Amino acid sequence: MAPENATAPTRPLVEIRDLSKRFGEIAAVDRVDLEVYPGELFAILGGSGSGKTTLLRLLAGFETPSAGRIVIDGADMTAVPPYRRPVNMMFQSYALFPHMTVAENVAYGLKKERLARAEIEERVGKMLKLVRLSELAGRKPAKLSGGESQRVALARALVKRPKLLLLDEPLAALDKKLREHTQFELMNLQYELGITFIVVTHDQDEAMTLSNRIAVMNAGRFEQIGTPGEVYEYPANRFVADFVGNINLLEVKVLEVGSGRVRVHCEAAGTALTVRGDAPPAGPRHWLAIRPEKIFIGKKRPADEGRAVLAGTVLDLGYFGNRSLYRVRLESGAVISVSATNRQRRAQHMMEWDDEVYLSWDEDSALVLSE
Amino acid sequence: MNRDTPAPVSGDGRRRWLRRALALPYLWLLVFFLAPFAIVLKISLADPVVGLPPYTALIEWTESGLAQIDATLDNYLFLFQDRFYGIIYLSSVRTALIGTLLCLLIGYPMAYFIARQRPGVRFLLLLAVIVPFWISFLLRVYAWIGLLNSRGIINEALLALGLIDAPLRLLYNDFAVYIGIVYSYLPFMVLPLYANLERMDLDLDDAAADLGARRWQVFVDVTVPLSLPGIVAGCLLVFIPAIGEFIIPALLGGSDTLMIGRVLWDEFFINRDWPVASAVSVVLLAILVLPMMWFQRMQARQAEGGQ
Repeated sequence: MAPENATAPTRPLVEIRDLSKRFGEIAAVDRVDLEVYPGELFAILGGSGSGKTTLLRLLAGFETPSAGRIVIDGADMTAVPPYRRPVNMMFQSYALFPHMTVAENVAYGLKKERLARAEIEERVGKMLKLVRLSELAGRKPAKLSGGESQRVALARALVKRPKLLLLDEPLAALDKKLREHTQFELMNLQYELGITFIVVTHDQDEAMTLSNRIAVMNAGRFEQIGTPGEVYEYPANRFVADFVGNINLLEVKVLEVGSGRVRVHCEAAGTALTVRGDAPPAGPRHWLAIRPEKIFIGKKRPADEGRAVLAGTVLDLGYFGNRSLYRVRLESGAVISVSATNRQRRAQHMMEWDDEVYLSWDEDSALVLSE
Repeated sequence: MNRDTPAPVSGDGRRRWLRRALALPYLWLLVFFLAPFAIVLKISLADPVVGLPPYTALIEWTESGLAQIDATLDNYLFLFQDRFYGIIYLSSVRTALIGTLLCLLIGYPMAYFIARQRPGVRFLLLLAVIVPFWISFLLRVYAWIGLLNSRGIINEALLALGLIDAPLRLLYNDFAVYIGIVYSYLPFMVLPLYANLERMDLDLDDAAADLGARRWQVFVDVTVPLSLPGIVAGCLLVFIPAIGEFIIPALLGGSDTLMIGRVLWDEFFINRDWPVASAVSVVLLAILVLPMMWFQRMQARQAEGGQ
């Protein structure tokens, strides 16, 4: 799958082939393949223990793979120590050297390259200006705020002009307001400098907004690799659907498949439903998946044409101003979440507790997934 | 105020309790350090006499009710005039410095190694460092005589292996004193270093490697500077007791091993010249105050740097 912003047919900057890392019996990374293209902002999304941090540490060279290969910019890096890789990393803890000033922290990597002093000073000065830290050049890390520390860590890695920058939960340590701001700053920097970013995160919002491609990782393997849109709208399986965003999952039996339609029987809905789409992957169990915001809710029964329609009662509702969240109980007892935009101000359209309502969705909107 | 509930203590009350709690260690220092030191200082300003106590009184009450202070700096002048004492002080400082350096060279890798182990292994290794403390210091030093003797275990083993023809002279020289110092004081070096290295953020090592530092550069640029407080604490903990050490040079040293502890002993118990002995220990204290002041300044600077 080619990235959106790649120019011409390019060879991947990072190629991971059949990569594994075992700690004793446990495979933290389990036979993973991946290509990341130059200029991409690639996110690895996974929960704790998914192996995402191990994968990042393998790329940086802090861990040696048990099997497989890592190629960066055409050169085999599998056995190359971290200090010789064209890769730099921004640590979740930032890992700033506490005994060095901001400027000394940023200059450290260049000093190890044995560059001339004038060049080091020039590059450090430019980099500090870029991340708006020039005034703090003489400060020690202990006297910096969270956002400032984050920018020093970023500057320290970027000043080395790496081909690939690895970011381990870059925004996790920042408070919510700063996080949004920093996120856009990161994206701008990446665009300006043209450096390929690989971001590891457990935060799906971060992955969705920050990156142009996402790999969803679980138990040491990739469940799906795709653009944020693909991963959200066309999750490859039940895990991805559940992990990325909110989704209603109803177990179904596949009745028939053909001509871009899948006919399923849904026990919870008490009826057969049609889903437009290709044949679902084989598996012992199947689920119908529908996002809460793709469901219409109303008191009047809508037309059946091309739509799935179910009846239920409002179990619970939450008002968020711009939207309302409903939990609707079907006759079978199954509960479905619905997110509705509050387009109108008038209250008579709002549903109340215990109201009889109809749920409906376009046959295009649902998916049939397997495990 | 209800003393059973500690939470709602007023600011004043809390401060009063804090003051009382802080007063305790100061009281301890006053009774067990400052008071004895004052006595030693007093004796060092007196003249020796034959009698009990074997020195003149500092303050004498005349018949008219006036206090007459009878102090003399003769003992200190004597120390500075007699080259013997200068040589011994220097030799003590040298012995303690070399012993401290040896402890650092051996203790640092040990502490580093222990700090990088899994927690369970760490505990066992630390235990191994501490366990010898459960045996009397005197016995442990004495045991080295059995090891280093010309008919001792080491010589017998080397002879049996045919590595040497005649027993090596391992005992009653400076070499044996260094062995004694390193053996006795190594834990004082290892423990503060371990405490420092154990809480060091390992991400810093990775970060340095990531920025282009080889392993030895990571060690020199990051590990050593950040463990400086541990190094200083360990060195002081070894240097201070080592400089005044008496048992080790007395048991393991030769007749040419000059250390101030032995001189002190001789002045007190053989010459029975308490004033000179007291002056010797006051000067020793003055020598020790210098590195401690340096340590204080180091710590203040560290705190200022926010580390």
